[in-house]
Parts: sequence; C-alpha cells; structure tokens
Amino acid sequence: MRIVANTDVCVGAGQCVLTDSAVFDQDDDGTVAVLIENPEGQRLDGAREAVTLCPSRALSLVED
Amino acid sequence: MTARLPDTLPITRGCPYAPPDEHRRLQQEAPISRVTLPSGMTVWALTRHEDIRTMLTDPRFSSDRRNPNFPLLLEGQRLNTDFVPSLIGMDPPEHGPARREVVGEFTVKRMAALRPRIQEIVDEHIDAMLAGPRPTDLVKALSLPVPSLVICELLGVPYDDHDFFQARSSLLLSRTASPEERKRAVDELREYLGELILAKERVPADDLLSRRLAKSDDHEELKSLAFLLLVAGHETTANMISLGTMTFLERPEDIRTIHEDPSRTLPAVEELLRYFTIAEIATSRVAVDDTEIGGVPIRAGEGVVALSNTANRDPETFDRPDELDLERGARNHLAFGFGAHQCLGQNLARMELQIVFDTLFRRIPGLRPAVPLDTLPFKDDANVYGIHEFPVTW
Ligand code: HEM
Ligand code: SF4
Repeated sequence: MRIVANTDVCVGAGQCVLTDSAVFDQDDDGTVAVLIENPEGQRLDGAREAVTLCPSRALSLVED
Repeated sequence: MTARLPDTLPITRGCPYAPPDEHRRLQQEAPISRVTLPSGMTVWALTRHEDIRTMLTDPRFSSDRRNPNFPLLLEGQRLNTDFVPSLIGMDPPEHGPARREVVGEFTVKRMAALRPRIQEIVDEHIDAMLAGPRPTDLVKALSLPVPSLVICELLGVPYDDHDFFQARSSLLLSRTASPEERKRAVDELREYLGELILAKERVPADDLLSRRLAKSDDHEELKSLAFLLLVAGHETTANMISLGTMTFLERPEDIRTIHEDPSRTLPAVEELLRYFTIAEIATSRVAVDDTEIGGVPIRAGEGVVALSNTANRDPETFDRPDELDLERGARNHLAFGFGAHQCLGQNLARMELQIVFDTLFRRIPGLRPAVPLDTLPFKDDANVYGIHEFPVTW
C-alpha cells in the first residue's frame, strides 16, 4: 500500500505527525510530507489511522 | 423526525461530566433534527459523529459569522463586524491560503521548540502559588495566566508588557466586567497589537509577528490574526486546565499513573478533551447551497449546530462512550472540530495541558479542592464550557 497525500487540501493540523512521525512530517509551511511512502506492519496500521484522523481528508492509501 | 423535546433546546449542561439529557435524546431518537435555540433561531442539530464529520468537510457549509442565518445560541451574540474577518470565519477560496500562511507556526516541531519556555511559565506560576496564601483560585493563579503568557511568547510581546496584556485579556473573559469594560479592553488590546506590529516592523525578532511581517505588510489582517489567537487560545485552554485539574483531583489513582509514567499524560489529555468538548458551538455552520446530511435534505440558508459533546459520546464511534478512560487516548474526537478549520492551536493546547498536569500534581502533591466540587460555578451559559472560579488548597 502506498500513501498518497494531497498537499493542496492539507490544513497542517499535524494529526498525521502525531500518529507516526517516522512516516509523516510537516514542512516549514506546515504541509504534510510523507517520509515512508510504502509503510509496512505497524507503520501501515499507523498510516491507516492517520487517514481516518486527517481532518481535511488529504491522505489516502492506494494499492499499487 | 420528531422527538419529545421542549420547544427550545436547552444548552446548559447541568452535570459537568455529561451532555444535556435532551441532546442525548436527540441522538437516540432524531439524530438530525430541527431545533429552536434560546436565541429564537431554528436550525438543524447534528448529534452523530459521522454526520458532523461529513458536514464539517462539505464546502457547502459556510463559517461566515456575518451571515444573518449563522446560528447564534443567545440573542445579541452577533459579532462586531468592523474587524477584518479572521481565519475562523473564512470560507474557500480565501480560507486555505490564509491558513497556509500561519500554519507553519503551529507545526508539531515548532510547538516542541516552545516546550522549555512553557515549562518555565508553568513553574513560575506554581512557585507563586506555593509562596502565596491558601486557599487560592486556580483559575486566576494558573488556568488563565498560563495560556495568555504562552500567546505573548508566540506573538513576541515583550516581557515588560505582559502585565498589561494579561490584565486586558482576563477582562475579556471576566464574568463581573461590564460590557463597557470589556469593550475598552478589546479596544486597548487591538491598539496595543497595532503598536506591537509597528515595533516588530522596525525591529524584527524571532517570533510569529516578525515572520509574518517579512511576507506581508497588511497590518489590519495581522492584527486580526493576533487577536484571534488570543481569543481562540486563551479561554479554551484555561477551561481545560481547570476542568482537567478538577477531574484528576477526583481520581488520585490517575494522578499516580501519570506521575509514575509521564507517557500516559498525553492520552489522558486527549480523553479529557473528548469528555468535556468545551467548544462545540464553534463548529456551527450555515448552508450556502442545497445539500444533504445522512439522507436529510438541508437547504441553502439553513443554519446547523454540531452537538459535538454528544457526538463525542456516540456509541457507534466510541466503546463505553460515557466512561472516562484516561488510557483511551483516541484522537478521533471532535473537541478541536474537523475539516479545514480544525483547531490551528491544537498541538499547542495539547502541550500546555500536558505540561500543566505533569507539573502541578508533582510540585503540589497535597493539592485539593477547597470547596465541594458540586458547588463550583460552572460556565453553564457560556459559549465555551468551563469553571469561573476554582478554590484550591494544599
Ligand atoms: C483546549 C483548547 C482548545 C480547544 C478545545 C479549541 C477548540 C477549537 C475548535 C472546536 C475549533 C474549530 C472552529 C471551527 O470549526 O470553526 C478551533 C479553531 C481554532 N483554534 Fe482552537 N481550541 C483550543 C486551543 C487553541 C489554541 C491554544 C489556539 C492558538 C493559540 C487556538 C487557535 C485556533 C484558531 C486560530 C482556530 C481557527 C482555525 C481555522 O479557522 O482555520 N485554539 N479551536
Ligand atoms: S493530518 Fe491531514 S491536514 Fe493534518 S498535516 Fe497531516 S495531512 Fe495535513
């Protein structure tokens, strides 16, 4: 599974970073930056959680 | 859908630990329904977690507080519209770019950099409590000054002006201040912020205002932003400090838990946010286009209130929703809202609360309420729920 982040709609709430800061980061403008595009195991669970928590629905997981 | 409800939806909580019964009945019997607010306005009330998330991510619902159909709880609450509309009242396409300009100031990383200074502020206030008389009012001694000084820090208010800033910002929230006194405090603060912006333009420093000035010279907009940060970040955090402290004092085993393992404090903060959901009225909206929620048509011009405190006890979303479980740590609550307006200061608020609870009970282990908790004056009639005064001793 690959994480897709729509940086145009991200509102920088940081919910994703709080979920797993190894997978998600925010750039200096607060916008999401994906550090691990294809998370596995626990990291994937965290990414799934971030997808549901993201308030602007900027995150999704897609099958490659 | 109709529920057997009073003509006017009560908005007072009564029990601080639970949403009003009428709101619960709506959730069970008519989760999306027309209600009349104490202001006399008839609006839609949403009570389910998923419906509220849907509404708050649908751009057909507007945040424009100047819209005459925007829900008001009580009469006479329409905001003073002289101000440049701030972030919280903007819609697309203006909201996104405006938020993007400041959100970099509130990233998880930038907040972490503020931690040592916030710890210092909290410690100084606890020092003063310990050196002062007992009992003392926790609200005045800690809950209000900490978030107001943190905002000073963020904006770069010089130390010598802290007392001025602090006095005015607490007047804004004072129950006993007259409307004239409050208006004067608003005017003085706005004037002060205007001067502060000019000063930062002359001598930039390492703070939010200086960084914003490097990119924009719109002083009015900056003044509105600074004022919004004060209004949005002060009373909210203060009320959570008071309510959280009250809750911990009733649960000594939980104080022990966070004392022994400080990694448990953040999940506890999250659960307290869910449990009290103090600012549900901030997530009201007005439809500007016909749409629907959960199959119910909503017409352009109709107002909507999100009863998020009740939705944060939605059994479809939370197991044992009425149990305060400080280890739950769920962040999918609506206490900071949802959608594009989700609280800009949420990671600051989380950190302030975490530092306060970690420090307060460690430094004053004998802290206890000085009056029975059921006699505390709760803010039953306010937009943001909380406690007016909280006498404590040790
Ligand atoms: C426990 C404390 C807090 C609570 C419960 C809280 C709650 C909320 C809620 C529910 C919203 C959404 C409003 C909407 O949907 O229209 C919001 C927005 C906002 N909050 Fe907070 N807040 C808190 C602390 C803070 C702090 C510390 C700051 C800043 C210093 C802050 C600044 C803001 C701003 C600027 C917005 C508007 C964001 C936008 O419209 O894009 N808040 N807050
Ligand atoms: S949670 Fe969503 S809105 Fe917030 S920073 Fe991450 S991607 Fe952006």
